[in-house]
Amino acid sequence: MIRILCAALAATLVFTQSARADALADIKKAGLVRVAVPQDFPPFGSVGKDMRPQGYDIDTAAMVGKALGVKVEIIPVDSGNRIPYLQTRKVDLVISSLGKNPEREKVIDFSAAYAPFFSGAFAPADLKIATVADLAGKAVGVTRGALEDIELTKIAPASADIKRFENNNATISAYLAGQVQVLVSGNVVAAAIAERGGPRKPEAKFVIKESPCYIGLNKGEPALLAWLNEFIARAKKSGELNAVSVKWLHAPLPAGF
Amino acid sequence: MKIALDFGELAPYAGVFARGLWLTVQLAAVASVLGVALGVLGALARGAAHPLLRLAAGAYVELVRNTPFLVQLFFVFFGLPAFGVKLSAEFAAFLALTLNLGAYATEIVRAGLESVSRGQRMAAASLGLRPAQVFAHVVLKPAFASIWPGLASQLVLIMLGSAVVSQIAAEDLSYAANFVQSRNFRAFESYIAATLLYLALAVAMRQALVALGRRLFAWKAAGR
Repeated sequence: MIRILCAALAATLVFTQSARADALADIKKAGLVRVAVPQDFPPFGSVGKDMRPQGYDIDTAAMVGKALGVKVEIIPVDSGNRIPYLQTRKVDLVISSLGKNPEREKVIDFSAAYAPFFSGAFAPADLKIATVADLAGKAVGVTRGALEDIELTKIAPASADIKRFENNNATISAYLAGQVQVLVSGNVVAAAIAERGGPRKPEAKFVIKESPCYIGLNKGEPALLAWLNEFIARAKKSGELNAVSVKWLHAPLPAGF
Repeated sequence: MKIALDFGELAPYAGVFARGLWLTVQLAAVASVLGVALGVLGALARGAAHPLLRLAAGAYVELVRNTPFLVQLFFVFFGLPAFGVKLSAEFAAFLALTLNLGAYATEIVRAGLESVSRGQRMAAASLGLRPAQVFAHVVLKPAFASIWPGLASQLVLIMLGSAVVSQIAAEDLSYAANFVQSRNFRAFESYIAATLLYLALAVAMRQALVALGRRLFAWKAAGR
């Protein structure tokens, strides 16, 4: 029995280590591109009333699939697991409001920017916060692993109580329940909360980082990277990407984007 | 896919793991003591004369045992503020874990109490022991002696289940592993480290409980 188990284990290890030639060729051969998208981050990715994923990133993924001539498999992820999913090749691409920073650049590659975005601190109108120093002694909610988490950790005063939640839904719930006084997240998240109405309407207090979104792919895939950059340039030129921006962000792409 | 493990990348975050491990230890210790105490009260309530007490205890046990711990935790942390009760993440974790263990402990202790025969209680009473003495020495202690292995398992399970509190940003060992992974993207190394630490903690906890059982219930080991 043990011998059978050992043989099975050895077999699976052998097969998972088989050489991977070229992700772009593999995708075209399989007729399928697997894309990680957010499910808790409107308007980039959320679940509509019909329980189907919708958003800027989902539309972009559909455009990628159409341009490649393959089917698209949408795989929902959150800020914590999207890069591990890419690294372990559970997905081919990450189109999930992914920002760029040096630590991430060490482990994955980024395409050209496909969506505009800034992260900042938001709080109700009656809370006076002008700069990051005003976060001292306050409970601040942020989503673990997101770019704003990494930036905030660098610049926040030592007495700020930073609470890191596993995903955006938990962070937003914590802010709305008053468990954290300040919400550090993307401008679009705050806009979505404000649009919904209700108490604790988030107001922008200060910008932490201008951080456009990039498509993430594994390192060592020059063909796929070149194809993606070409695709994004084409989509910008044809106005297709601008249409997506107007639909989801209620604003055209910034000049020179 | 080549995997090159580099545990050296975890070294700068040793403090994060240590602090997380410490919170997990504290959660396990406090929830164990308070949860078992709650279990004894619950077991007494379930066997009480007053029907309202029996109903309340029964409802508590069924509610907690038939819902996921994560949902109970979210209710305490995200739901209670709607009723004006705002608890910190750590306090919510302690509270939810204690309430969760209390329900399971109630049933375990109740089984132990019921295993003490009426004849034994009557014999103690007939020797002139007061009811409180009968309960403490002739009912509770032998009951605990017989349920000790099962109770020890439940306590270790609760300690392992405390990993869930990372979901409300209580900075336990799981939170530490998640945090470190989000900074250096070494998921394999972070989670292997957390797994080994949980394993060590579980083994240590079980050894401690077995040793405690041998000390408290020495007569049992000597033979019935």
